[in-house]
Amino acid sequence: MSDNSPIAHGDAAHAEHPAYLRHHFNSVEQQADTANFAMWLFLLTEVMFFGGLFTAYLIYRNWYYPAFVAGSHQLSIPLGGFNTLLLITSSFTMAMGVWCAETRRKSGLVLCLCLTFILGLGFLGVKTVEYSEKIEKHHVPGFHYSLSSFLDPDSDAAAKAAGDKPMALDMARHTEVYFSLYFAMTGMHALHMIIGIAILGFMIVRAQAGAYTSGHVTFVENFGLYWHFVDIVWIFLFPLLYLISRH
Amino acid sequence: MSTIISLPDQRTARIPKVNYLSKENGILSWLLTGDHKRIAILYLISLSFFFFIGGALAGLIRLELLTPQADLMATDTYNKVFTMHGVIMIFFFLVPSVPATLGNFLIPMMIGAKDLALPKINLLSWYLYMAGGLLALYTMATGGVDTGWTFTTPLSTHYVNTNVLTTGLAAFIAGFSSIFTGLNFIVTIHKMRAPGMTWFKLPLFVWAHYAASVLMVLATPVVAIAIVLVALERTLGIGVFDPTKGGDPLLFQHLFWFYSHPAVYIMILPGMGVISEVISTFSRKRVFGYTAVAFSSVAIAIFGFFVWAHHMFIMGISNYAVIVFSLLTMLVAVPSAIKIFNWTFTLYKGSITFETPMLYAFGFMGLFTIGGLTGVFLGVSGTDIHLTETYFIVAHFHFVMVGGMLMAFLSGIHFWWPKMTGRMYPEKISQLAAVVTFIGFNFTFFPQFILGTLGMPRRYASYPPEFQILNVFSTAGATILGVGYLLPVLYLVWSLKYGQVAGNNPWQATGLEWQTQSPPLTENFPVMPIMDHEAYDYEWLEAQKEKEVTSVG
Repeated sequence: MSDNSPIAHGDAAHAEHPAYLRHHFNSVEQQADTANFAMWLFLLTEVMFFGGLFTAYLIYRNWYYPAFVAGSHQLSIPLGGFNTLLLITSSFTMAMGVWCAETRRKSGLVLCLCLTFILGLGFLGVKTVEYSEKIEKHHVPGFHYSLSSFLDPDSDAAAKAAGDKPMALDMARHTEVYFSLYFAMTGMHALHMIIGIAILGFMIVRAQAGAYTSGHVTFVENFGLYWHFVDIVWIFLFPLLYLISRH
Repeated sequence: MSTIISLPDQRTARIPKVNYLSKENGILSWLLTGDHKRIAILYLISLSFFFFIGGALAGLIRLELLTPQADLMATDTYNKVFTMHGVIMIFFFLVPSVPATLGNFLIPMMIGAKDLALPKINLLSWYLYMAGGLLALYTMATGGVDTGWTFTTPLSTHYVNTNVLTTGLAAFIAGFSSIFTGLNFIVTIHKMRAPGMTWFKLPLFVWAHYAASVLMVLATPVVAIAIVLVALERTLGIGVFDPTKGGDPLLFQHLFWFYSHPAVYIMILPGMGVISEVISTFSRKRVFGYTAVAFSSVAIAIFGFFVWAHHMFIMGISNYAVIVFSLLTMLVAVPSAIKIFNWTFTLYKGSITFETPMLYAFGFMGLFTIGGLTGVFLGVSGTDIHLTETYFIVAHFHFVMVGGMLMAFLSGIHFWWPKMTGRMYPEKISQLAAVVTFIGFNFTFFPQFILGTLGMPRRYASYPPEFQILNVFSTAGATILGVGYLLPVLYLVWSLKYGQVAGNNPWQATGLEWQTQSPPLTENFPVMPIMDHEAYDYEWLEAQKEKEVTSVG
């Protein structure tokens, strides 16, 4: 409007509105509020997404309980437990990361994000070990699925250790449904982890450039919510898939 | 005939130089835009494109059914044609139709905001829509899919050898587009309202979109996971839906209809929002029972989640479930009837005028009522067992979707056309188009009710010769309907250049979107509006006009 003091005008505008305030919001609070609310809604859609799988699990577990128990005995509780520990720790480092961003500690933020990144990769590494074990034992549904661990438990160390009795062929075949759900659920969870880790990599680079430690922490905060959500999904998956007969 | 149209003096009137259309130029300024109005226009163009592809497929279906024999195309080609008609019309036209175009354009303006809360997500949703749509076209070009739009297992997982995976992926991607649109609306309506814009001052259009958005956000992910499971079943044979491995195909039906029944309300609720605005404006009265109409939208959304199993009465669900779902299905009739009755009471003693949007709205009210009432026949398990999978079902949902939603869509497009483009559409020919559409529609689909009660099954390319006369009626009607849909395209495009300049508020409507220039500024309003009156307050509008005159004088 007034051409006499464009620089002063620009400075005044800058002081009123930080650079990260998008033009269609009235205030920084409104912008942060909105982004947060959107993230919670997105997580709600994620709950519904996993909800379909949990429903399928619920039904088939009721129908084929013995098969589900025998299937769960093929999973390694120490490995699953260790993974649970890794994820809970990564949630802690992520929460610390959000705190560091809020209190503008750049090196702390980078450290926390790196730790979360490593712990996430560690989880996927352990998951790979578990998956390869299933592949070796032909427990992947649809690929030469083998029933021998369930028809003849003495031939299988894990089944023997759990004290499984030989199952009728009909019920033993339903272990394939258990492993279908196992792979579908943990696979979907792992996919969310991979996406999360990719975003973490991006955030580490941006954090080193100081992007999140100048007062605009929405992105870190919302990613934290996502990460905790993925963690919580695992907290449900672990008992449902690993601990069926351990109560 | 009296009219409420008040246009500026055409000799001096000009389209405002600065507006959202003229602000930037070039193809990139459109493809990378964050402006909700431009994204709405992108959606409008691409939606119309998919509508005419789906419409052409419908034309092929009707041509085939002109004669009792399967003579125009082979029967498996016919299966592909009706499947692609369903997929394109549902996922790429009906679900995004009103929300992605009118909702996108108007919700921020109606609540007095500069934009939707998440402009980039909004643009992303359009790109997802296009990706899904183009993928669907690609699958059609490379052999198509013949499962029906419902991807019914085990047909889709075991028996057919067509493009189930790519079509499923297309629907999956389009689903995310829909989720992002709904999410954006909910956040915007919660967080971006102008000062003074309380929940009960919102236009009913916004309430209807809010309810539809809740459905989009909560139901769509469930169909997404159902499609993922179908894909896994088809590629890896995991067995979740395969009875030979202990799975249950009925589970797929539950997951699928848990989305696809609420999806019906995703399709119709925004249309109901349009009708509320149009009925009020053209009878110069506040919508009768504003609160009841607002809450009936929410009630439809809530009940909509608990009726999905009425699609499965003949599929072997338990008798008790049938009774419960039958009862719940009837409950949906209550909020739907509340809307129809309240619109009728709005008309009562109103100063009604018959501009095109109003004609379409009347079409909506009549046809939706028939569609809704025949829905009750299908909600009762006794008649449902007789009528399901016949042409009665086809007629029922086309009355609701085409007679209801498409009428509402066209009503809304005409109503807000002057706001979107700054120019009026030609009134006489568009009234003609509305009447032609109504007549063509009834000719097409009313005979199908009779065919259905006589027992003609859906999804077959051939039928017994005694059904031919009614099928000929239906095909003839479809031709008229086709003309009814082509006309608006022609004269709306014509009006872009030759239409009369509309001015800010040609309808003398009360919404905030009408209190600013047409076409609007990129920021919608020169200064942030303050909502100091109730919704549909025509006395306030009169007072505003007087003030304007005195201040100019």
